[in-house]
Amino acid sequence: MTHADVLAKLQERFHILAKTDFRGELTLEVPLAEIETLCQVCKQELGFSFLLDVSSVDNFGEEPRFEMVYELYSLEQKLHLRLKTKVSEDHLEVPTVSTIWPTADWHEREVYDMMGIRFSGHPDLRRIIMWEGYPFFPLRKDFPLEGKPSEMPDVAFSDTAPLAGGPFVTSPTDSGTKDREPRARRLD
Amino acid sequence: MVQTAPAAYDSKVEGNVIISRLDACINWMRKNSLWPMPMGLACCAIEMMATACSRFDIARFGAEVMRFSPRQSDVMIVAGTVTYKMALAVKRIYDQMPEPKWVIAMGACASSGGMYRSYAVLQGIDHLLPVDIYISGCPPRPEALLEGLMKLQHKIDRERALADQKKELMEVL
Repeated sequence: MTHADVLAKLQERFHILAKTDFRGELTLEVPLAEIETLCQVCKQELGFSFLLDVSSVDNFGEEPRFEMVYELYSLEQKLHLRLKTKVSEDHLEVPTVSTIWPTADWHEREVYDMMGIRFSGHPDLRRIIMWEGYPFFPLRKDFPLEGKPSEMPDVAFSDTAPLAGGPFVTSPTDSGTKDREPRARRLD
Repeated sequence: MVQTAPAAYDSKVEGNVIISRLDACINWMRKNSLWPMPMGLACCAIEMMATACSRFDIARFGAEVMRFSPRQSDVMIVAGTVTYKMALAVKRIYDQMPEPKWVIAMGACASSGGMYRSYAVLQGIDHLLPVDIYISGCPPRPEALLEGLMKLQHKIDRERALADQKKELMEVL
């Protein structure tokens, strides 16, 4: 089976909004309403038994703002497939795929933790990296790098980090560690 | 025949008795048996493990007994990046250590947050704990940790153990 076969089979039953072929990687964009059944078909009928990754993108300023990305792989046919679906900020609810691939459990918890996208039907939707009760979603584009102060007695707290005029970044150079090491630099 | 000579001139213990200040004795015992509480949180912990191994051998300074129970340890070596989520756990473990206790902030992250100027990282463990020794480096080499340990020993050597830490006992006496 090739990418063309996969595409043909999926196009019979689903609305493929966009398709990109970049360096041998096929990316399909599908409507949010179809993503759950499409994933089910991919696993059970097309043999994509391995979910490589689940991630999300914040296209700040666009509408719909968020985007979910699923990386699928078929170990038998050595075939990769990427699925994307747009999620509106007004309705941040995506059906879980952890019932299809159990590995999606923690991936979706991370997406929820960092972006604030909720997953309906998820068995245990808690924060995975930040602590329970942290009021912000730090990977969103409108969240400042230095953070925002928060208070949660006996669990955790946070303060803004002193940025000293710019984010702490390394700069690639051959001149030595003194010039290379992370310092406050403006990104212009 | 049982020998019953008093402990005095020409007795068996002569030459084995040393007279010193109690402070000096207490400090000498404390500084040469510093049991560390290894708070290994990031890559600094790897260097701390190397310090404990045979090439650098922290046992030469009496600090080889890494205790993973705070109740049995004297010095907390905070080795690594302290995130906000971990910070209160570190504080809690420090609170469980018996007095007298000391803290070594090992490496740039534990001392100041290091290169992690971000929403998730505590900008130096001294926001929470009283730090005795800061060790620079990212991560510091084992020699630097040993140097920090020797500095701490030197600091302990100058403490007034009885006057400062045994106030109630001194009042009774």
